[in-house]
Amino acid sequence: MAQSGNHSVANPAGHDEHEGHHDLEALRMMGFWIFLITDCILFGTLFATYVVLHNNTAGGPTGAELFEMPGVIAETFILLTSSFTSGLAVLSMNRGDRKGLIGWLIVTALLGASFITLEITEFVKLVHEGAAISTSGSWSAFYTLVGTHGLHVSVGLVWMISIMLQLGRHGITSVTRRKVNIISLYWHFLDVVWIFVFTIVYMMGVM
Amino acid sequence: MAQHPAHGAHEAHDSHEAHGSLKSYVIGFALSLVLTAIPLIIVLNDVLEGTSAKVVLLASAVLQFVVQLFYFMHLKEEGKPRWNLMVLILGLIIVLTIVAGSIWIMTYNSVG
Repeated sequence: MAQSGNHSVANPAGHDEHEGHHDLEALRMMGFWIFLITDCILFGTLFATYVVLHNNTAGGPTGAELFEMPGVIAETFILLTSSFTSGLAVLSMNRGDRKGLIGWLIVTALLGASFITLEITEFVKLVHEGAAISTSGSWSAFYTLVGTHGLHVSVGLVWMISIMLQLGRHGITSVTRRKVNIISLYWHFLDVVWIFVFTIVYMMGVM
Repeated sequence: MAQHPAHGAHEAHDSHEAHGSLKSYVIGFALSLVLTAIPLIIVLNDVLEGTSAKVVLLASAVLQFVVQLFYFMHLKEEGKPRWNLMVLILGLIIVLTIVAGSIWIMTYNSVG
């Protein structure tokens, strides 16, 4: 997570270049944190839409009839584990262990890919059972909310792979270090959003 | 993140590496597993129903959010001034306003 970067104000002069660079990286880290909070607000609006619309099924199927919990429970534990392994990647990086870092990132990406595979399988099945995005307000809200989360995970996967390539080429530098910290933060954030998708959409949907 | 005791490049570097430990990640992971299992047991075995089940579900989710903020995202280790925490609180206020406000308004909308 970002440091405040405030000491550069307290000591305006007399730092070597590395320290200034470090402050800039910390500031960029904080910029990413602010992005995550705005992303929180985006998901907040989608959750609000879902909560308001989830009973408007227009006579079509409801979530309670179609949700298959084993797949969803598997997705939940897979994403939670991948959040943990992305933390292990950061720990390896802090030890200066590049192989461990790339290894844990690969594990994280594979878990993320299995999450997306399960989710796409679920969506295809739902559409076959007559619950497409155009079926009712309830399903529109469902696909928008869950799909936006899935899109975030997919973007995160592409991003994680590109960081692995950079790590392979440049090793652990102050720039790649910041990038790994940021992708790990992003990944933890996606798991936090999923906790609420799981609770509000699926658990409250089937109970 | 602790404040830097000195401003040399190495101190800054070291404090960066102090970020998180295996212990904090393992504790966070274990607590998250438990907080995911609780709603599953309650809902799938019909231990609780209706409002009480919803309260337990939401409480577990919020607790898991807090656990991950501290053990995975290291919010507690931030140095003062705590900009990250302030931005987070502002964001949460906006999210809660949007969600609660939408539910409130649309409840009355469906009545008439």
